[in-house]
Amino acid sequence: MAGRAVAVRRWPGIGAAALVAALVLGTLLAVALRAEAGRGLGPSDWAAIRFTLVQSVLSAAISVALAIPVARALSRRRFFGRRVLITLLGAPFILPVIVAVLGLLAVFGRSGILNEALRWLGLPEVQVYGLHGVVLAHVFFNLPLATRLILQGWQQVPAERFRLAAQLGFGPREMWRVIEAPMLLRVVPPAAAVIFAICLSSFAVALTLGGGPKATTVELAIYQAFRFDFDLGRAALLSCVQLVLVGIAALVALKLSGNESFGAGLDRAVRRWDSAGLGRISLDSAVIALAVLFLLLPMSLVVIDGVLGIAKMPAQVWKAAGVSVVVSLGSTALMLAFALPIAIAAAGKSSWLEAIGLFGIASSPLVIGTGLFIVIYPIADPFDFAFPVTALVNAIMALPFALRILVGPTRDVVQGYGRLSLSLGLTGRQWLRIVYLPRMRAPLGFACGLTAALSMGDLGVIALFADPETATLPLQMYRLMGSYRMEAASGAALLLLVLSFGLFWLFDRGGRGHADS
Amino acid sequence: MLTLENTLIRQGEFSLTADFSIQPGMRVAVIGPSGAGKSTLLNLLAGFLDPETGRVLNQGQDMTRAAPGERPLAMLFQDNNLFPHLTVAQNVGLGIRPDLRLDATQASRVEAALKRVGLEGYGPRKPAALSGGQQSRVALARVLVQDKPWVLLDEPFAALGPALKVEMLDLVAEVLDETGAGLLMVSHDPQDARRIAPHTVLVADGVAYAPTATRDLLDNPPPALRTYLG
Amino acid sequence: MKYLAFATGMMAATAAVAETPVLTVYTYDSFVSDWGPGPAVEAAFEETCGCDLKLVGAGDGAALLARLKLEGARSDADVVLGLDTSLTGAAAATGLFAPHGQTVTTDVPNPFGEAGSWDDANFLPYDWGYFAFVYDTTKLENAPASFEELAASDVKIVIQDPRSSTPGLGLLLWVKEQYGDGAAAMWEGLADNVVTVTKGWSEAYGLFLEGEADMVLSYTTSPAYHIIAEEDQSKAAAAFPSHYMQIEVAGKLAGTDQPELADQFLSFMVSDGFQSIIPTTNWMYPAFTPAAGVPDAFAAPIAPEQARLIATDKVQAIRDEALAEWLGALSQ
Repeated sequence: MAGRAVAVRRWPGIGAAALVAALVLGTLLAVALRAEAGRGLGPSDWAAIRFTLVQSVLSAAISVALAIPVARALSRRRFFGRRVLITLLGAPFILPVIVAVLGLLAVFGRSGILNEALRWLGLPEVQVYGLHGVVLAHVFFNLPLATRLILQGWQQVPAERFRLAAQLGFGPREMWRVIEAPMLLRVVPPAAAVIFAICLSSFAVALTLGGGPKATTVELAIYQAFRFDFDLGRAALLSCVQLVLVGIAALVALKLSGNESFGAGLDRAVRRWDSAGLGRISLDSAVIALAVLFLLLPMSLVVIDGVLGIAKMPAQVWKAAGVSVVVSLGSTALMLAFALPIAIAAAGKSSWLEAIGLFGIASSPLVIGTGLFIVIYPIADPFDFAFPVTALVNAIMALPFALRILVGPTRDVVQGYGRLSLSLGLTGRQWLRIVYLPRMRAPLGFACGLTAALSMGDLGVIALFADPETATLPLQMYRLMGSYRMEAASGAALLLLVLSFGLFWLFDRGGRGHADS
Repeated sequence: MLTLENTLIRQGEFSLTADFSIQPGMRVAVIGPSGAGKSTLLNLLAGFLDPETGRVLNQGQDMTRAAPGERPLAMLFQDNNLFPHLTVAQNVGLGIRPDLRLDATQASRVEAALKRVGLEGYGPRKPAALSGGQQSRVALARVLVQDKPWVLLDEPFAALGPALKVEMLDLVAEVLDETGAGLLMVSHDPQDARRIAPHTVLVADGVAYAPTATRDLLDNPPPALRTYLG
Repeated sequence: MKYLAFATGMMAATAAVAETPVLTVYTYDSFVSDWGPGPAVEAAFEETCGCDLKLVGAGDGAALLARLKLEGARSDADVVLGLDTSLTGAAAATGLFAPHGQTVTTDVPNPFGEAGSWDDANFLPYDWGYFAFVYDTTKLENAPASFEELAASDVKIVIQDPRSSTPGLGLLLWVKEQYGDGAAAMWEGLADNVVTVTKGWSEAYGLFLEGEADMVLSYTTSPAYHIIAEEDQSKAAAAFPSHYMQIEVAGKLAGTDQPELADQFLSFMVSDGFQSIIPTTNWMYPAFTPAAGVPDAFAAPIAPEQARLIATDKVQAIRDEALAEWLGALSQ
């Protein structure tokens, strides 16, 4: 059938996706071509692939499994401070890895709060290091993201459906079967795929919490290939493995989730009638309290640590903070330039386009950075491109999250209002201005906030390109740590947290839609 | 004159052929069993579906490949006829200029149209604050300002109660009287057809038949229609 | 973004107009930071050289070498500063370096030959240190005094991964050099002491300060930082019968367009002007003790009867075997 339901063309989206693919695969190719004969994949590499797969699958599965009750509770309850809480829960996701790990260990580590309490109670201590520690850390990082993505699914169910459900006298079970389960089936597999992709390129977290070399991930193997063996061929090969794994995950997710729309509503404020009853209220309250404790306790320890360090920060840190804000806004703009066309194209019949976005997060920053270096070096001084390259790579890394956030709502707009727009001659730019962007405010704000925050906190490729004048805040923080200045580094981490969070909050709040009214 | 010239539409197992013309100003009901392709016929005319073969003509001019917005017709759908984030006035204004940059004359046309459908002063409100009937009136006001020679209704009033539906159909008839536009209206209710559509297109068994007089058709229904009417 | 790229371009242009010769030195990140040796070194050298010293930070020592290999003979670098003796073999094998042509008498202990002699034709040392396990004297009373004692104790340590960290590689070579064929057994003995392995020094040291481990692999000079910069006397380095050395070196690139300036920089590097900056900025022993000596906090640490080091030309062959043993012992 030759149907027309999209008011804007698909080719810009296909073009943007092709550009992303070219960047990811092109840099990979650049690295591979530069390689001398190496030794290929050895048994230790296969062990790394196995471990990576196991921890990524577990982390993704557990993150979304835990996120479902949290999102459900948050969607059913209205309480004072809910909006702030939802924003705050995003904090672990945007923190630099090492800071979050230290915060996590302050709770679960050998001398953490948990073990202090157990000792005080005379109970045996809990050992955090091991596969369970890796999964714990990844859940800590990704539970907020999973919760937000799944909550967004709940928020996209139009208020009219809940009215209908209430009218039909649905209890929680019917609600689940008729509204929530189909919604989750659409939302959960892609969310899990995104988290799987993030965990796939984990390195420092997996190694530290894994307790030793048995927790060697593919990314660490790539690192080793680069700096221990300088075997670029093997690095490229391992990076290919990451991409293949992500490709498989993306296919599975697409297959499972389908792409039907929730249908359009009239933007009425959502009211739920299925949430009364003492049992349900206490269950939801307990779920929310546990999530808050799990996510915010380590964060508050990071904050307390950082307050003491603020005074000890050298001036370079403030300069780096300025640089980071500029880079982060730049990557947000770049992300939009990629994500909007792709989301629009993917909302039609090209839903596979979203999978391209996943490649960005799954591929090794080391490989992308080195590839770009190899490509830029013969033409120009890579240092001159430190900022644009960092902004670009950060934008590409944020793309899968942005797409996950944008594609569903875009599909709703296109399916709900595509024909009406077309019949009124609303196309192209006018359609974007009058229909698409206003209807996408909430997800756009969320996507921009997430990108800005991620870009703030990400070490990215700047380390490969930065000279002393062009360090970003996370790099400066690592440099402080690298020269014993742990307290100043804690201060820098707090500054980073505040800035990331501020950007996230500004964008996210700016766009918040009917879900929280 | 709208002409469907040997058109064939295929969607998987389903297919629909049509080969007829409708004279300017004609009011035509489209009736037939559920799933026979009534909406498909309207979507073909409106440009949301491309025929596999054949042409769609307006006054003898080929418009088979024309974009929906360029066709000489205004269409109302089963639902989602209004943008929830735009005000009533903006929703109507879209019918004049899709970029909403209205001058004073155009703005007063919007206000006049709202007045015509009985919604004077409702311009600044959002659709969610209106009743179902009022929302239908806003959509009709937009049809009015669109000022196209044809109006296509794909059961936009199906969700309204019987009395309200009759009221809306009468309003449609009045509007058509004023603009002189023709009408194609999908309907499940033969009474609707009798009420405002002197002609009827029967869609059944993969064929959209040429319009015939509604009264004759309903009084002496062919076998396919008879089963449907029960 | 455009503005920034433009501004960087302008700065480069200004430098070119002034026609001051530029000496580009690639080094590791912590060298160039405000609190590292970089700023003082740059100021001191520029006073006499009539040139612009451009210090470029590129990760750590191993990243530095990888960077150089990527850039090859076309590299802008005139001097590379910050490789250590476990990397110099591989660095020399690239053929990118030129002999320094200097004869020096160094204060770096020499496990292979005559005290004070330095026989690497390509690289000159600028500082050195011993790897050691650092602990908090207020928390750990009887610190183990050898690997055997450590393995027998229930003292918890955090170490760095040799595949991603220079100190991690140092420890790997230390154990291999000391125990040879018994290294695998020693690692098996140490396995239950290792709380975890980190990507780099910073993570490990951070974990140690947070109380996750009793000891952390660092340097004998680490306590000096806490004493001098924080007036904190509680940190100490456990004295083992012998310690593995890290000697940090610099070399001139064969493809330099400023050979005289590069030579001048290397001469400056081994002089008091450079060497006196090192202790309290890089927290290592200067390779050539300056006339003013080193701060007291540096004088205190262990004087090992036996400094351990694997000759640079043998490192490459030994480390792969040592890594396999390490992986085997700690992966169980």
